[in-house]
Amino acid sequence: MRVAAPILATILTVVVGSIFFASLGHDPLATLYAFFVEPLSSMNGLSEWLLKASPLILIACGLAVGFRANVWNIGAEGQFTMGAIAASGVGLFWPNPESVLLLPLMFVAGMGAGMAWAAIPAFLRARMNTNEILVTLMMTYIATLFLSYLVHGPWRDPAGFNYPQTALLPAAALLQSFDPAYRLNSSIFITVAAVILMWLFTDRSFLGYKMSVSGAAPLAARYAGFRESAAVWIGLLAGGAAAGIAGMAEAAGPLGQLSPQISPGYGFAAIIVAFIGRLNAFGIVLGGLLMSLLFLGGEGVQMTLGLPSAMTRIFQGFLLFFLLAADFFIFYRVRLVRPIRDAHALETAR
Amino acid sequence: MHPRLELRSICKRYPGVVANDDVSLSIQPGEIHAVLGENGAGKSTLMKIIYGAAQADSGEIYCDGNPIAAHNPAVSRALGIEMVYQHFALFESVSVVENIALSASSAFHLPTLAEKIRNLSMRYGMPIDPHRQVHDLSVGERQRVEIVRCLLQAPKLLILDEPTSVLTPQAVVKLFETLRQLAAEGCSIVYISHKLDEVQELCDTATVLRNGKVTGTARPKETTSLELARMMVGSKLPEMHVSPPVPSEKPVLEVNGLSVKARDHFGVDLKNVSFNVHGGEIVGLAGVSGNGQAELVALLSGERTHDRGDAIRICGIDAARLRPNERRKLGIAFVPEERLGRGAVPSHTLWENAVLTAHRFGTVRNGLVDRRKAKAFATGIIDRFKVKANGAQSIAQSLSGGNLQKFIVGREIALKPKLFLVSQPTWGVDVGASAFIRQTIIDLSRAGAAVLVVSEELDELFEICDRLLVICQGKVSAPLIRTTTDREEIGLLMTGRGMSEGASANGSGDIVLQD
Ligand SMILES: Nc1ncnc2c1ncn2[C@@H]1O[C@H](COP(=O)(O)OP(=O)(O)OP(=O)(O)O)[C@@H](O)[C@H]1O
Ligand SMILES: [Mg+2]
Repeated sequence: MRVAAPILATILTVVVGSIFFASLGHDPLATLYAFFVEPLSSMNGLSEWLLKASPLILIACGLAVGFRANVWNIGAEGQFTMGAIAASGVGLFWPNPESVLLLPLMFVAGMGAGMAWAAIPAFLRARMNTNEILVTLMMTYIATLFLSYLVHGPWRDPAGFNYPQTALLPAAALLQSFDPAYRLNSSIFITVAAVILMWLFTDRSFLGYKMSVSGAAPLAARYAGFRESAAVWIGLLAGGAAAGIAGMAEAAGPLGQLSPQISPGYGFAAIIVAFIGRLNAFGIVLGGLLMSLLFLGGEGVQMTLGLPSAMTRIFQGFLLFFLLAADFFIFYRVRLVRPIRDAHALETAR
Repeated sequence: MHPRLELRSICKRYPGVVANDDVSLSIQPGEIHAVLGENGAGKSTLMKIIYGAAQADSGEIYCDGNPIAAHNPAVSRALGIEMVYQHFALFESVSVVENIALSASSAFHLPTLAEKIRNLSMRYGMPIDPHRQVHDLSVGERQRVEIVRCLLQAPKLLILDEPTSVLTPQAVVKLFETLRQLAAEGCSIVYISHKLDEVQELCDTATVLRNGKVTGTARPKETTSLELARMMVGSKLPEMHVSPPVPSEKPVLEVNGLSVKARDHFGVDLKNVSFNVHGGEIVGLAGVSGNGQAELVALLSGERTHDRGDAIRICGIDAARLRPNERRKLGIAFVPEERLGRGAVPSHTLWENAVLTAHRFGTVRNGLVDRRKAKAFATGIIDRFKVKANGAQSIAQSLSGGNLQKFIVGREIALKPKLFLVSQPTWGVDVGASAFIRQTIIDLSRAGAAVLVVSEELDELFEICDRLLVICQGKVSAPLIRTTTDREEIGLLMTGRGMSEGASANGSGDIVLQD
C-alpha cells in the first residue's frame, strides 16, 4: 500500500497531464514524448537528468530524517541558498585562489551555513516551542533577499556590465565535470554517500530509531526518555546540512557564480521527492529521478513546443496532489451518509 | 420469538492466525451473555464483527431474525447495537460531550446533552465532567465516558468488551445494577471480562472460546469459577506462592514531601506526598482513578520532573530532576497504564518495541540497533510470558489487548529492575496469565527488587502487596499493613472519608466524593 500510492500518483499525473496538453491544443502523445522521453534520448540529456536529480535527492534525504520524526522543515530552499552563498564567499575571497583546500573549505562552509540557517528554527522550536513550519518558510525569504542584496551590492562583479551576479569562481573552486562536453560532475558521489548514510541512519542506527519513535508515538518517546528537543535539532540540522551542501555543489558546479536565481526550486521540490519516496532512502532516489525528469521535460516542451515555463510547476503540483489524494483514499474511506430516521425504516428497507 | 442476535458459522482469519473459527451463538432479548476466553481467543474480533467494525470472512449475522447484509457501525447504531471497545475509540482532541455528540445519530443541543451526561453519569456512579478534554482523562475516566455514551443511546443490544477493567469496585456495583435494569427492560447484553466473579454475578449464559473456536457453553451462576477457568484455559491454574517479605534495610524509593501543582485545572495537585518502598517488598497504591495517580506515576517515572532533587530518591540518589532514561540507569523499570502509544509504539514491530526500553541490554551496539539481539530479546519475552503473537515481527497494534500487556510487562521485568513501577499490571490479562504475572512480580520482589503497584483492583492489591497506600485527591495515606487492614478500611480511605484532615479542599474533588 505504501508503495502503491506513489505509483498511482505518477500514473494519474501523466494521464491528467496529457488531458491538460490536449486542452491546450497539443497532441497529447507527442507532447508526452517530448516531455518524458526526448530529454533522456541523448547523452547530454542523461547527464542533465542526473545533474538535476542529485541536489533533489541529497536535500530530500536530509529532510526525510526530520520528517520521520514529525519535524517539518519546509525551508530547505533557504538553507540551500545560504549554503551557496557561504561556499561562493569562500571561493571568491579566500586569500589563495589556487589552494587545493579551496573545495573542501567551500564544502564545510556550505554545510555549516545550511546548518546554521536551520539552527535558528531548531532553537526557537526546542526552546520556545515555535512552529518550525512557519519559521523555516519565513527564513527562506530572508535568505533569498540576502542573496539578492549581495549580488546587487557588495559582491557584484565590477567587470560584469552591471549584471546582478558575482565574478566567476576560480578554477580551483569548481567541481570538475567528468567530460568537458557535459555538465555532470563529481558532486553526484556526495549524493550517493548521502543516500547510504541516510539509509544507515534511519534503518540501522539507534539515533534514527529514536527519531522514528518520536514521530510515530511522542508519548512513547517520552516514556522511554528520548528527548523531543534532540529529535528537533537532529531533524532540522540534517535537512540544513544536506541543503547547504547541495547549494555549495550547485554554485561550484553548473553555476560557477552567484546570481539572484540559483535554484529552480530544488528546496521545495525536494519536499515532494521525500514524500514520493516514502521517506525511504531508495524511494527518494526514484522520486528524485522522477522529479528531475519533470524539470527537464518542462524545459524541453518550453523550448520545442513553446509551452509556458510554468509547466514544471504544474506537473509538480499534480504529482503532490495525487500522492496526497492516493494516501488519503488508502487510509480513509469516504462514505456518503444520509441521516437514518429510525431503525424500523432501515429494517423494512432491507 | 426470534433471538435478538444470532451468529451462524462466523469465520475470520488474520495473517498467521484464525481469530474466529466457525463461531455460532444466539442471544435472547433481555439475556446477559458472557463471552469468555484466554487472551487472543478471538473475543474482541467477534465483537467487532457483530458491531460491523470488522467484516467476517464467512458466516451470517441475524438481528431479530433479519439477516444483516452489508454491515458497518452506522447500521449497528441504527439497529440499536452499541459497543464499548476494549481499546477506547474516543477523539482525543475534543471534549467528552463533543465525543458523545459525534456518535449520536439524532440532532442534539450541546448544553442539554452535557447536562444529560452529567446527570446520567452521576446516577450510574461513573461521574464525568462533560466539558473536559478527552486527552486529559485517565484510562479509568475514558472507560466511564465510553460506557455512558452507550447507555445514553438506550440500546437494544449492548456489547461491553472488558468494561470494568479499570473501574472501581463501587462503580462496578452501580454498573451491574444498571445493566440488570436494562436487561429487565429487554436489552440484550454481551459481556466480556476476565474477572470470573463478575461474570458469575451478572451473566445468565456464557460462551467459551479457545483459539477462535467455541469450546463450550455454561450457566455461570451454576458453575464454579474454577470450572469456568478450566474451560477457558484447558488446564489447571497455577497456584500462587507468596512468601513473607524480607525488606531491605535502606529504602530503594523514597518520596519526601512531594507537592506539585497540576498541569491544568482538571488535573490533581499532589499534596505533601511521602512514602518509602524497600527492596524485597511490594507496596500497592490504591485509589479511584483520577485522584493524582497519573501525576504521581509520571513524576516517579521521570516523564515529568520536579525542581527539588531530593523529593524523589532512588537507591539513595536524588532523582526528581532526572529524566526517564537516567532513572532507568539507576535500575527503574516502568509499566504505564496506556499500553498503546505510551508503553509501546502501535505501528512498530515487537522487536522494535523491545528496543524502546531494552536498549542498554545488548540490543544496541556502537550506536547501531542489533536486530538479531533485539529479535532474540523479544522472542525471549514472547516465550516466557506466552504472548500470543505471530513472532517478534508482529506489529504491536495487531496483538490482542491482554497479549500486548503481557509483552510490555515481560519486557520491563526482563530489564531486571531494582525498582519496578507498574500501573494496572494485569489489565485485560486472562486468569491464567494474571496469576503468572502476579507470581513473577512476587518473585521479582523476593529476589530483592522494590515494587510499587498502582491499581484500582483491590483484590489484586490484597493478593500480592505487603503494604498498601491509598491516594485520594492528591494525598497519600500512611502505609497500612496488608495483614492488619481490610477492604472496608481501604475503601473508606479511597473515598476520602477516612483521611484525617479535611479532604475536600480541592475543587475537582467533589466529583470523586460522589462515588
Ligand atoms: N488487525 C489484526 N491483524 C492481525 N492479527 C490480529 C488483528 N486483530 C486481532 N488479531 C489476532 O487475532 C487473535 C484474536 O484477537 P482478539 O483481539 O480477538 O483476542 P481477545 O480474545 O479479545 O483477547 P484479549 O483478552 O487479550 O483482549 C489474536 O491472536 C490477535 O493477534
Ligand atoms: Mg480483546
